[in-house]
Amino acid sequence: MDFLNLILQLLDATIRVSVPLLLACLAGLYSERSGVFDIGLEGKMLAGAFAGASTAAVTGSAWLGMLAAITISVFFALVHGFASITHRGNQIVSGVAINFIAAGSTVILGQAWFSQGGRTPSLVADARFNAITLPFADTLREVPLIGPIYSELVSGHSLIAYIAFLMVPFTWWVLFRTRFGLRLRAVGENPAAVDTAGISVAWLRYRAVICTGVLTGLAGTYLAVSQNAGFVKDMTAGKGFIALAALIFAKWRPVPAMFACLLFGFLDAFAIRFQGIALPLIGKVPVQLMQALPYILTVILLAGFIGKAIPPKAGGVAYVKER
Amino acid sequence: MAQSAIELKGIDKSFGAVRANRDINLEIAPGTIHGIIGENGAGKSTLMSILYGFYQADRGEIFVNGQKTDIDSPNDAIAAGIGMVHQHFMLVHNFTVLENIILGAEGSSLLNTGIARARSELHRLEEEYSLDVDPDAIVEQLPVGLQQRVEILKALYRGAEILILDEPTGVLTPAEADHLFRILRKLKDEGKTIVLITHKLREIMAVTDNVSVMRQGTMVATRKTAATTVEELAELMVGRRVLLRVEKGEASPSGVKLSVKNLSVRDSRGVTMVDNVSFDVRAGEIVGIAGVAGNGQSELIEAIAGTRRAETGTVLLDGAPIDVAGSADPGELRARGLAHVPEDRHHVGLVLPFEENENSILGYHGMDFYLNGPFLNIEAIRSDARDKIEKYDIRPADCRLKTANFSGGNQQKIVLAREMEKDPGVLVVGQPTRGVDVGAIEFIHKQLIAMRDQGKAVLLISVELDEIRSLSDRILVMFDGRVVGERGPDATEGELGLLMAGVEAQEAAE
Repeated sequence: MDFLNLILQLLDATIRVSVPLLLACLAGLYSERSGVFDIGLEGKMLAGAFAGASTAAVTGSAWLGMLAAITISVFFALVHGFASITHRGNQIVSGVAINFIAAGSTVILGQAWFSQGGRTPSLVADARFNAITLPFADTLREVPLIGPIYSELVSGHSLIAYIAFLMVPFTWWVLFRTRFGLRLRAVGENPAAVDTAGISVAWLRYRAVICTGVLTGLAGTYLAVSQNAGFVKDMTAGKGFIALAALIFAKWRPVPAMFACLLFGFLDAFAIRFQGIALPLIGKVPVQLMQALPYILTVILLAGFIGKAIPPKAGGVAYVKER
Repeated sequence: MAQSAIELKGIDKSFGAVRANRDINLEIAPGTIHGIIGENGAGKSTLMSILYGFYQADRGEIFVNGQKTDIDSPNDAIAAGIGMVHQHFMLVHNFTVLENIILGAEGSSLLNTGIARARSELHRLEEEYSLDVDPDAIVEQLPVGLQQRVEILKALYRGAEILILDEPTGVLTPAEADHLFRILRKLKDEGKTIVLITHKLREIMAVTDNVSVMRQGTMVATRKTAATTVEELAELMVGRRVLLRVEKGEASPSGVKLSVKNLSVRDSRGVTMVDNVSFDVRAGEIVGIAGVAGNGQSELIEAIAGTRRAETGTVLLDGAPIDVAGSADPGELRARGLAHVPEDRHHVGLVLPFEENENSILGYHGMDFYLNGPFLNIEAIRSDARDKIEKYDIRPADCRLKTANFSGGNQQKIVLAREMEKDPGVLVVGQPTRGVDVGAIEFIHKQLIAMRDQGKAVLLISVELDEIRSLSDRILVMFDGRVVGERGPDATEGELGLLMAGVEAQEAAE
């Protein structure tokens, strides 16, 4: 039973760490499928986290925090859109700029407003998205196997976590079963085909980056207003980049994106759970190595095990009508 | 007379300083195939893009079926019943045929209803116009001829009554082109109006009812096709008399310059593309290699020019062997007097973002003449480029202009000037006039004949049978990697066509 508990704890932690990755990864999917590369997921998530935590701290409302997070994140997404869609700027440069602006301004504004070294005040329980206990979680707890899985693993996450996982089938449905999805995929592959079909390339891509902003805003909210009780400097810690890696790993498809994020989340959870513990045969592994493990495996997986990942053909290229 | 399907009045369009269309008037009768012919850059595509709403005219009016119509976007054009098949297909390569067809005309915000309707509608269109294509095939896996059919279906699905085709045969094999023309006639019989843009005179004569000629942005003439001739159209296009037949004297070949013996070449997949081929090219003759594209001609000249490794065989240049299966490289061969005009000037022959003068020395840039110690001698390079521009009539005459901004014909002249001016003993030429205007074709053909008359050996490959027949002193036909026959310059098209189709080879095998 101990072993089962250990596994359950590990998987439960996996889900928790995977949520922001998954939201950021799906966010990137909308943008990149439309042909706008977005290296600024990290920055948007961070800005969202800060806006969410600040608003929740001031108003005491988690929902207003979420609204603020999404608003700021969408604003940054539109800046990226304005630079790369309307002005046909370099998408990588624009994304990097957003990351820098977010990293710097969150700390400066945090210090100016709350004077806690860039942190936001700790949120009280009411101002956070807390764990939700699903119906019958307690009654079913005693049922062997299924009971613990349901009550420990499935139940007891915050609303945003459930939204994140529901976004997977929803995104799949949008992408492959709706008119918007068809056009989104088309504009990422051949914008000229979309243009000649009488559809506005720019408007379509703007809608895609707005989707990206909403999802990175949710990811930020999860980090600062659900998983943690407030904003901490650089709290995204490279999750936006891991999410991009997961997106490539998943070849820009929603369901594989979920599994990729769960895999990276598992590595992370594993590293946290086993740091400082002596493993059989190997002995005690340095903490730093355990912490580096997810990143090392990311490199190995991306370098060798995914085969050829073909990005959307028009990705990274601004659309210009040919003469 | 019936109302015009399309009438254009006083259309003007400028791109910066360039006036692409000036005061264009055009009437297109309903239910006809109307050809628009002109050299590259004459403004044909611009005019049709205005009609399709891709660009807006600076001035002028468009009437569709007698109604004045404002066309500000492709949507307006589609609503007015105008469909367009672009030169470069506007298809999403990894979508299915069906997805491509409904893109932009999905019908509702959810796909399943639209897809079901499209499938039955597509079935009806296929029946009506005999345009067979599998609706669930992925577009990139279809041959280009079928991809083009998808484009036509796309326009018909949107209810197009007027169909514009921009250079539709540029990417097609002759057989596919013939099939396309049958489809166009069928569409015409069903009452559709078709506008065919091309720079190929033969296509105009073969399929159109009326033809309008454009030159340098203006509409110079409209004729009934039955009442005009190829010669008249060519003259209208270029603005002067053009010799469509190449004038040349008897060849007076002397010693063997290039000798190919038992050459075999594989492509990158490992498939044998050239199978035990032997021939000689003598000084003072043009040897043409005819064949349907993909029968090994490309690999053959690449192996001879040192850009592809051969498997086995020997090639002698002036009696001395070239290490075709080993270390031969184009630089060494150039130094030994073998120049190569590659088939694909965009990817192999030129670096398009470079200035013209830089491209005019590529491959020869290590010669002392262009160097000043370890540095490039910019002055020498530019004056040399200016000389070539003058001699080969390259336009615009600006050696500092980016190569991508030259037309296809002028780009080809840049390559030819580079390769011919270093006085090579042997010239290997691939597709010298692909995508080149009538006027430039005449010039290039004259240059090749002049090379021959100076006693050079010229090896020519081309998919244009006319070109092979009019230039070559001897014609070799390749089929399936082997030389299946040799004929004189008086061989008929039918005779060569049978050889190219492998008919004789198959009979011999049976």
